[in-house]
Amino acid sequence: MTRAMLLTVPALLLGIAAARADEAQIHLKDAPGHETVETVCSVCHSLDYIRINAPFLTEQGWQAEVGKMVKIFGAPATPEEAQAISTYLAKNYGKPPG
Amino acid sequence: MLERRSVIQGLAGALAAPLLRARPAGAAVPLTTGLPAGEYETAALEALPGKRPLIKLSYRPPNYETPLSYFGEALTPNDVFFVRYHLAGIPEATDAETWKLAIAGECVENPLTLTIADLRSGFEPVEIEAVCQCSGNRRGLSDPHVPGVQWGLGAMGNARWQGARLKDILAKAGLKKDAIEIVVKGADAPVLDTTPGFVKSLPAWRALDENTIVAYAMNGSPLPHFNGAPVRLIVPGWTATYWMKHLVSVEAVAKPFDGFWMKSAYRIPIGKFPVVDRFVSQEAPGVPTTPITEIVINSLVLTPDLHQRAGLPVELDGIAWDAGYGIARVEISTDGGADWQQATLDEERSRFGFRRWRYRFTPPKPGSYTVLAKASNHAGQTQADRLIFNPAGYHNNVPRPSMVIAT
Repeated sequence: MTRAMLLTVPALLLGIAAARADEAQIHLKDAPGHETVETVCSVCHSLDYIRINAPFLTEQGWQAEVGKMVKIFGAPATPEEAQAISTYLAKNYGKPPG
Repeated sequence: MLERRSVIQGLAGALAAPLLRARPAGAAVPLTTGLPAGEYETAALEALPGKRPLIKLSYRPPNYETPLSYFGEALTPNDVFFVRYHLAGIPEATDAETWKLAIAGECVENPLTLTIADLRSGFEPVEIEAVCQCSGNRRGLSDPHVPGVQWGLGAMGNARWQGARLKDILAKAGLKKDAIEIVVKGADAPVLDTTPGFVKSLPAWRALDENTIVAYAMNGSPLPHFNGAPVRLIVPGWTATYWMKHLVSVEAVAKPFDGFWMKSAYRIPIGKFPVVDRFVSQEAPGVPTTPITEIVINSLVLTPDLHQRAGLPVELDGIAWDAGYGIARVEISTDGGADWQQATLDEERSRFGFRRWRYRFTPPKPGSYTVLAKASNHAGQTQADRLIFNPAGYHNNVPRPSMVIAT
């Protein structure tokens, strides 16, 4: 067990570095609001969360998600930033109209 | 022997991780059908340290599901067991030597601090085989889709868990009669102080169930880091939201715990699902929801789509599981749900584990045959024919089709 633990420590450090590098490969669409999304959302989670949750939320759906992130999870966004994020997500990762 | 093997696999997994980043374009990710379109574009087979490649849904916090091919093994190997975290503040290394578990709260007479050695030597060791299944398993198949981690079929696994009974630990701490809930916390934490930490509670009666254990081993080896090392709570029959990883604190309280992860998250509409266990102290007048509790009865066809000559048999097999009432029968349809025949069940290994079923089918003539499996248990519960929609996408146990193509 002790041996297992000792061997696991470098493995973990290596893994965390690998995860960060992997995460950097996730690209979101370049459109107004993109920078705000990258700055605010990625404080707490990788941006693949957005890609797997698309494209099925309406603008109201994305507003609700962003609202939950700010009000419940304490995401550091001003009301203007939260609005910019919702608009970006609805336009680029929202339910297609019709 | 097991330990050495897991160490070697752990290292192999860790070393493989950087190589995997350069994965060939188009490497097939074994996702099921019906998930949000974006998931097919971004999910990837990736290995976390100590793990073989799993289906990566999100890097941070890490959410990785187990490919279905591994459920053919009676016990899901530790290095392919699914990984689920809400919050990205995961301890980088969990040192079993210095780890401590605090037993406290207003409803214990003698607060305790336990080490791994205390847990192993101070309490009767018990072992139980049980399915650990994320509440949100199959959320990605909700119709319409609902936000959250878009799990397919593999946010679950079956393992043998070894540890001490929580009731023995609480007895040693002198649990008082007025305890109504037991609050559990892990060492993982949010990134920001403003985010509610992942804290859960169990009804005292469920915490005192003889099958609720504080586990220090999984399938005969130490728990993998990403499955809650060095110690996690095991609540057989209930969904994994209660199976607290990296367990560091157990508190007995006389009032319902009112954290976000109990009051707002992990709740289902009251009366929509045929569950027996209710977490009544977390219900309130005028509130139409109740905490998720039991795993609903479910099954899977594990045989991939098969091709065979008409008139020759194919051997279909799969698994069924439930909250521990015991699988009574599994019925198979080869015509998309019109007619059903009973499958043969392997012996029950554990009433909380995966139960294997087998069915021989001979396609009578050329054509496509839609295979469905439907399990029933000793509590009279059967899988739902149609999705019972709920806003968090929980409890999806609609039979999943598989194909046999006869030529």
